[in-house]
Amino acid sequence: MEIAWSDYLLPFLIMVGESLLLLIILLIAVAYILYADRKIWAAVQIRRGPNVVGPWGLFQSFADLIKFVLKEPVIPAGANKGVFLIAPLVTCTLALAAWAVIPVSAGWVIANINVGILYIFAISSLGVYGVIMAGWASNSKYPFLAALRSAAQMVSYEVSIGFVIITVLLCVGSLNLSAIVEAQDHPWGLFGWYWLPLFPMLVIFFVSALAETNRPPFDLVEAESELVAGFMVEYGSTPYMMFMLGEYVAVTTMCAMCTILFFGGWLPPFPVVPFTWIPGVIWFVLKALFVFFMFAMVKAFVPRYRYDQLMRLGWKVFLPISLAMVAIVAGVLQITGWAPQ
Amino acid sequence: MIINAIFFYLFAGITVASAVMVIAARNPVHSVLFLILAFVNAAGLFVLLGAEFLAMILIVVYVGAVAVLFLFVVMMLDVDFAELRQGVLNYLPIGALIGAILLAELLLVVGGWALAPGGGHAATVPANVSNTQALGLVLYTRYVYFFEAAGVILLVAMIGAIVMTLQHKPDVRRQNIAEQVARRRASAVELVNVKPGQGLS
Repeated sequence: MEIAWSDYLLPFLIMVGESLLLLIILLIAVAYILYADRKIWAAVQIRRGPNVVGPWGLFQSFADLIKFVLKEPVIPAGANKGVFLIAPLVTCTLALAAWAVIPVSAGWVIANINVGILYIFAISSLGVYGVIMAGWASNSKYPFLAALRSAAQMVSYEVSIGFVIITVLLCVGSLNLSAIVEAQDHPWGLFGWYWLPLFPMLVIFFVSALAETNRPPFDLVEAESELVAGFMVEYGSTPYMMFMLGEYVAVTTMCAMCTILFFGGWLPPFPVVPFTWIPGVIWFVLKALFVFFMFAMVKAFVPRYRYDQLMRLGWKVFLPISLAMVAIVAGVLQITGWAPQ
Repeated sequence: MIINAIFFYLFAGITVASAVMVIAARNPVHSVLFLILAFVNAAGLFVLLGAEFLAMILIVVYVGAVAVLFLFVVMMLDVDFAELRQGVLNYLPIGALIGAILLAELLLVVGGWALAPGGGHAATVPANVSNTQALGLVLYTRYVYFFEAAGVILLVAMIGAIVMTLQHKPDVRRQNIAEQVARRRASAVELVNVKPGQGLS
């Protein structure tokens, strides 16, 4: 009994506690990221954005939450009920599950597994199921069309994300996310992070992340001018909110991934005194927010892509470039002897 | 140990139950979804064995890519359930045959393992090497030709599929992306001062 307590139960309880803490922080962060997204979008278009609920509209997201939860969920008569209700759960749960392996500071991670980056890749490749299931179970034309489009889109851009990840892994020599950050620890500070030597891959990763999370300009999944609201047409109230939540959590995951792969995770920009006093988690959050700001600006600036342009960009531009970069990076590392042992 | 056992029976139980549901479900889309559940739980079993790389690859390849295609094909088919059930008797003999062969093979494998445990060619993993690294070390050295042959086979299959579906129709107008991108304002817009009552040209 004694052994069971110290070996299994205590670590288990600690892990549950950590997960709950992360979950709460993540959900509050998502509420404000949603608010920031709308505010930035509004500022670019010279509007005010949400400014009624609370000071400067700060409680807008919570008001939206209460509104969604209190509405009546409507299930279409022809829908496949089970799948229809599981789809938003799948989207939301998978998006949240990805955060289990993301290190926000040195040692601040729930599961420091060896294959962390593959885990995130696997989870994000599962994200397509929420969309397909919702589109099919709604038993309606627009959702189904949107599901077909999005599945092709998400599967296509996963390929280039995979190659980008491989180039970073070639430089690091480990699949562990903490090891990826530590490999970028360099006396030159921010000029030693991978965004500089692997700049083309950063661009490809950023654009592919936009496509993978169905953000504008690649939001063909819910292109409101053609497909009403895409796969979410038949959804309302809490299930709809779970889709939105899953989408924004996936966006935060991609921002965190970008930070870890290219911007040195929790490392300070210069490894000298005033910067090293600030805890790593603050640097991590600042960098992730910077990446999110770019996401939001792209949403405000760039018009939506046409479907054939999207496919062309994924398969005819990104795939050859990223494949060539894998070969080039591997060759350079081998010839110069910089390859990790 | 007990935790491992609990999780083993959890994953194994769900795998078997969802595998049964794959053939028992009436709706083919539900069958594919149960198949996906079985894959995910099999990945869980791999993790329990300490083969985390295989587990993740199983999810990325089978669940993330192959099963999506399955799901697509099944969703696009207009399935007549009544007709489907009538056909069961026609396919029963061949299904039973395949099932019997599989059962016999499994019995041979399990029987052999029960008689001589640890026999065969079980690989030993060095202590200080993670299993991703261990796989890479043998895959790209000892088995590199098999690995590349597998890659070439997949490439040939892909080219074959493309050749079978690619059609060059002469009267289809295609877009030239480079031309579209290279278009400038000067070549597209012209400002003309039109005299009243005369119009253009």
